Amino acid sequence: MSTVLETEDIADIKMDTVGDFYFPEVHKYDAGFGLSEKTVDYISDVKNDPDWVREFRKNGLKTFLEKPMPTNWATKDLENIHFDEFRYYLSDGQKPKRSWDDVPDDVKKTFDRLGIPEQERKFLAGVEAQYDSEAAYSNVKKVVEEQGVIFMNSSEALKTHPEIFRKWFGKVIPTGDNKFSALNSAVFSGGSFIYIPPGVKVKHPLQAYFRINSEQFGQFERTLIIADEGAEVMYMEGCTAPKFETSTLHSAVVELVALKGAKIQYVTVQNWSSNVFNLVTKRGLAMEDAEVKWIDCNIGSRLTMKYPGVIMKGKRARGEVISIALANTGQHQDTGAKMVHAADDTTSNIVSKSISIGKGRATYRGLVHIPKHLKGCKNNTECDALLINSSSRTDTYPAINVRGNQHATQHEASVSQVSAEQIFYMQQRGLSEAEAMSLSVNGFINDLVREFPMEYSVELKRLIDLEMEGSVG
Amino acid sequence: MSLIITDLHAGIPDREILKGFSLEVKPGEVHAIMGPNGSGKSTLSKVLCGHEDYAVTSGSVTLDGVDLLGLEVDQRSRAGLFLAFQYPFEIPGVSNANFIRAALQARLPKGEDIDAVAYYKKLYARMDELEMSRSFTARSVNEGFSGGEKKRNEILQMMMLEPKYAVLDETDSGLDIDAMRIVSKGVNAMRSAERGLLVITHYQRLLDYIKPDIVHVMVDGRIVHSGGPELALVLEEKGYDWAKEELAAAA
Repeated sequence: MSTVLETEDIADIKMDTVGDFYFPEVHKYDAGFGLSEKTVDYISDVKNDPDWVREFRKNGLKTFLEKPMPTNWATKDLENIHFDEFRYYLSDGQKPKRSWDDVPDDVKKTFDRLGIPEQERKFLAGVEAQYDSEAAYSNVKKVVEEQGVIFMNSSEALKTHPEIFRKWFGKVIPTGDNKFSALNSAVFSGGSFIYIPPGVKVKHPLQAYFRINSEQFGQFERTLIIADEGAEVMYMEGCTAPKFETSTLHSAVVELVALKGAKIQYVTVQNWSSNVFNLVTKRGLAMEDAEVKWIDCNIGSRLTMKYPGVIMKGKRARGEVISIALANTGQHQDTGAKMVHAADDTTSNIVSKSISIGKGRATYRGLVHIPKHLKGCKNNTECDALLINSSSRTDTYPAINVRGNQHATQHEASVSQVSAEQIFYMQQRGLSEAEAMSLSVNGFINDLVREFPMEYSVELKRLIDLEMEGSVG
Repeated sequence: MSLIITDLHAGIPDREILKGFSLEVKPGEVHAIMGPNGSGKSTLSKVLCGHEDYAVTSGSVTLDGVDLLGLEVDQRSRAGLFLAFQYPFEIPGVSNANFIRAALQARLPKGEDIDAVAYYKKLYARMDELEMSRSFTARSVNEGFSGGEKKRNEILQMMMLEPKYAVLDETDSGLDIDAMRIVSKGVNAMRSAERGLLVITHYQRLLDYIKPDIVHVMVDGRIVHSGGPELALVLEEKGYDWAKEELAAAA
């Protein structure tokens, strides 16, 4: 059940659901329902796009309309997305605020309730908070700014830093990569742009938070992170939406560029409500001696399709995907990883753990590509699935395409089930059924959670507890 | 104030296993139940704890006046009933220390947290009594444990949870003499005027270490003989056939 908050104070509202509340909609700009050239022009007009961006969008729309739904390999549930029933741009027309005090009340209360910017005060180097289509708040700590770090909204960055932005925008993930990257290219708004100058190691994480507040809406943020030679950065994003009767679409594109010797770590903890179609394309480019690491945590949504990838373009580049997916009844987590080795001595590692509860369904799709002309490439893939009930489902589709004989690859997969006896044992010690399941699930992902920043592992545990509470009668 | 089992009938679909089982365990007492394989000893322990595979058809079980049969498995535990499992289960990825802590936490009112320092102090003290290495705290519950380590771990949990009544189901199975001595030491340390113990065993051997006040012989789903500790010795000498014959003669 969703809660509409209209009262003055939300401090004493019981936090029994994570993101399931919303404020009445106030929009100065609304692109209306459906997607056409007019929609794209409307967005370009409102955002005052440069001509090249308008062209980019038009091309995106054309590609999107031409491409079929990928139902030849993916779930038929994609056919239930009715593109004419969404609104593609909603905003109140205000610029992102640099000071928390200036953020509109509704938005402020939303993020307060979700713990932003409380977290910023504690340990973050910068925060960007997006509400529907546009950023409501954006701030980066002074010390970080003085190091030459740029952290701002993509819409702003393409105007203020076109020279860096244009060089990489759409280069890691071309518009035509897939139907949803094309859709994003047509209507993108918001998302983060980050540039870390050579040799700068950002000590604390940068964070973005994406919040959908409106019904029948699509959020299409576009994130581009560039770590120049020898630079290091950790970026974390969180996502939530209230539970509406109708579906909501979230289709982001995230491109990472790690130049020579740079390191990028990208952490996602998403907790979408189960009416959200979450179709996201994420890919990183790792040059010589560079490292791109995705830590991806998918909880909630009706359907998530997301396969973070790394193209290891320079020698000795490293790519890593660590993912946790939790599929409850009515949810399908179709996740995985893509590792493309394009230089000698490159190394990739994939560790994926999925949990299916009730009638939830988890699918793993992996692609590892090592061409014949290379040598010394290594890949390790582990995917483990945990089933909580006999009606849960898990599928694994690994594709390991290794040519040549000078490489080392390793693949391990396992499926296990939480047994009734195990739950009985834990209950006999006084834990409720939900607590027992929650403990089993936390045990299953324990070794991966250690890779998370502390604050996020606590959050993750809390989200799992909530999922378990709701899943037993 | 007792654990009172009255005329309990229970079993799995189409098969009655407990056929009118009655017993009262008072605080401060140690009862032993001995019986041949298939007499229903392990079923009794599972039925008391509320295992979903078994259905109770009639009879009652009360713990200090509380109707246990109306409670969920975890509620029975929190009401004060503990079972040391014959075959303890593994919980991969969950450390022993976290598991026991979660079990203790489940006994506190919402919003109240365990005092971590005091908890570890107590945990280490109990582990020392059971001659368990400190590395057990970080190891996953029962995963990769030997038979003896698993049984020690059961006793450790009992010592930490301090139940009002504990059922020890074949705790001696799979133990060598040294392990038996250590486990028994732990159990004996738990004997008190406020706690009732029910020791289920197939062999008399364990009762050399844990001296019962009363010994019962269980055959075909109910108690057929009760007596003092000497009854265990008679059984050891004459075997369970003797008890079975007695039962047949009485019928």
